[in-house]
Amino acid sequence: MTPSGARWADHPAAVALAGRHRPRAWEPIPWVLALAFYFVFPKYLGFGTELLITILFAISLDLVLGYAGIVTLGQAAFFGAGAYTVGILAKRGIWNEPLTGLILAALVAAAVGLGSGLVLLRTGGLTLLMLTLCTMALLEEAANLAHEYTGGFDGLDSLPIAPLFGVFEFNPLYPKTQYLYVLSVLFVCFLFVRTLVYSPFGQSLTGIRENTLRMHAVGAPVRGRLVLCYALSAAIAGVAGGIWAQANAYVNLGTLGLDRAATVLIILVLGGYGRLYGAFVGAVAYMALSHFLSKVYPTAWQLGLGLLLVVIALFARNGILGIAEAAARRLRVRRAPS
Amino acid sequence: MTAPLLETRALCRNFGALAAARDIDFRLEAGARHALIGPNGAGKTTFVNLLTGVLQPTTGAVLLKGRDITSAAQAERVKLGIARTFQINRLFRRLSVLENVYLAVAERLGAAPSMFRPAGRRRDVVDESMHLLDTLKLGGDAGRAIAELPYGRQRLVELAIALGLSPEVLLLDEPAAGVPSAESHIILDAVASLPAHIGVLIIDHDMDLVFRFAERITVLVSGAVFATGSPREIGANPDVRAVYLGRAGHG
Repeated sequence: MTPSGARWADHPAAVALAGRHRPRAWEPIPWVLALAFYFVFPKYLGFGTELLITILFAISLDLVLGYAGIVTLGQAAFFGAGAYTVGILAKRGIWNEPLTGLILAALVAAAVGLGSGLVLLRTGGLTLLMLTLCTMALLEEAANLAHEYTGGFDGLDSLPIAPLFGVFEFNPLYPKTQYLYVLSVLFVCFLFVRTLVYSPFGQSLTGIRENTLRMHAVGAPVRGRLVLCYALSAAIAGVAGGIWAQANAYVNLGTLGLDRAATVLIILVLGGYGRLYGAFVGAVAYMALSHFLSKVYPTAWQLGLGLLLVVIALFARNGILGIAEAAARRLRVRRAPS
Repeated sequence: MTAPLLETRALCRNFGALAAARDIDFRLEAGARHALIGPNGAGKTTFVNLLTGVLQPTTGAVLLKGRDITSAAQAERVKLGIARTFQINRLFRRLSVLENVYLAVAERLGAAPSMFRPAGRRRDVVDESMHLLDTLKLGGDAGRAIAELPYGRQRLVELAIALGLSPEVLLLDEPAAGVPSAESHIILDAVASLPAHIGVLIIDHDMDLVFRFAERITVLVSGAVFATGSPREIGANPDVRAVYLGRAGHG
């Protein structure tokens, strides 16, 4: 097609496109910090595990919300689907090996995502938002009613999860195994999402987010792409839910609740969506803030969180990372005055 | 006689009681430079939407090289070679010029579903996008975000995206709309140097552009074909002058 194609590889725009997936110098920092946490705060590994799972869950939301532009309030439907998959299989003595359990959790959640996505993603905007909420509420009520399998309101506790690789026990009091296990799973899932968003598929999701009509006009199967992305995101949320059930050895209706879905949305908005690492920054900021605020003002600490969200929504649409990016840009301009 | 590149037969589309397209018989030949004109509300945009599959006709048929594509969806028609530009820019504003064209080329080359390879490593897509931008003299802007470009150059990106689909039929919906006159020559030059084999249908109000560009003109009035002919015939047609050209004041 292009007689002298090779020369385009040197064009700055082509170089930028070809190199944008390469790891940035700062990218190891969160992972080093997460590892350091294990050694420095052995008493807080339970908290750390919860934080890592929240990050994983927030990354699943970032894929649909930040990249594909699907506005959802029902992401916990998939978290819960994964958690109950692990919980029911373990409680009934059908399956309790952790790693394969996560794969099953991902498959079940993906199936829920695929099924609901095929219907929901025919709509958009507020309708879509409400329908995602309804799907989650339906699942929650189903879990409540199917008492025999799910334990209903009480949930399922003391799940007999097998040791990891048949060796490492999940000890609820000293969650060393859980922490490293969750960190590894988070890393693998993160790499998957990172690869995805920089791929041509990810590029087309960005295109759909930026201008759906135009994507139709260039011949993209828009709905198919969205449904696929929704199902993949559901699978990752399912892994987050499954690993949560394994790490805590229980599962309850809260895994399917609006509280969880709203919290993860707040975390992503706080950190900055469509940025991969917004999930990390947002989760840490959210946990730190709620810890600090509940100490300062135990009865109404959520008021402070709400006020902060209002400020973010009004003045810093791209969250904490967005503020950091703007600051870095300004610094670069000042350093290179031309 | 071989089938024309694009053809419509008795194409009708009603919106309630309003007939936005009435019995349109239209032919676009391969390599044609054809213009579609008509007063506001004549049904030009409806006709484009019927050709591209955004709208389904109430009755009638659309044929591409003799093949009935009336029921083909929009994406399918793009794959068959029908591309369009938009009257109002529909670009990916926060992406770079290269990324804008990349999206179109990636769809055509079947690269878009690939998930596990960095987008920039699809050299075939990048090279073709860059080559295309170069032919439209947009090479220097490839790395800039759309929002940073002057409007005239944004219109060129519209054209680049459509050409990235390697179309046989190209529908240009007011390609120079909104472009300041100082910049409009770059659009006109680009339109004039489109590959000769593409059948181009230009939809416009701008009589200078139409008469400079078109070898054949179809006049649409109230959803129906009012007249078809060479620019000379259309320009001399007293009825056309009465409904349309008279008001535009073209000599």
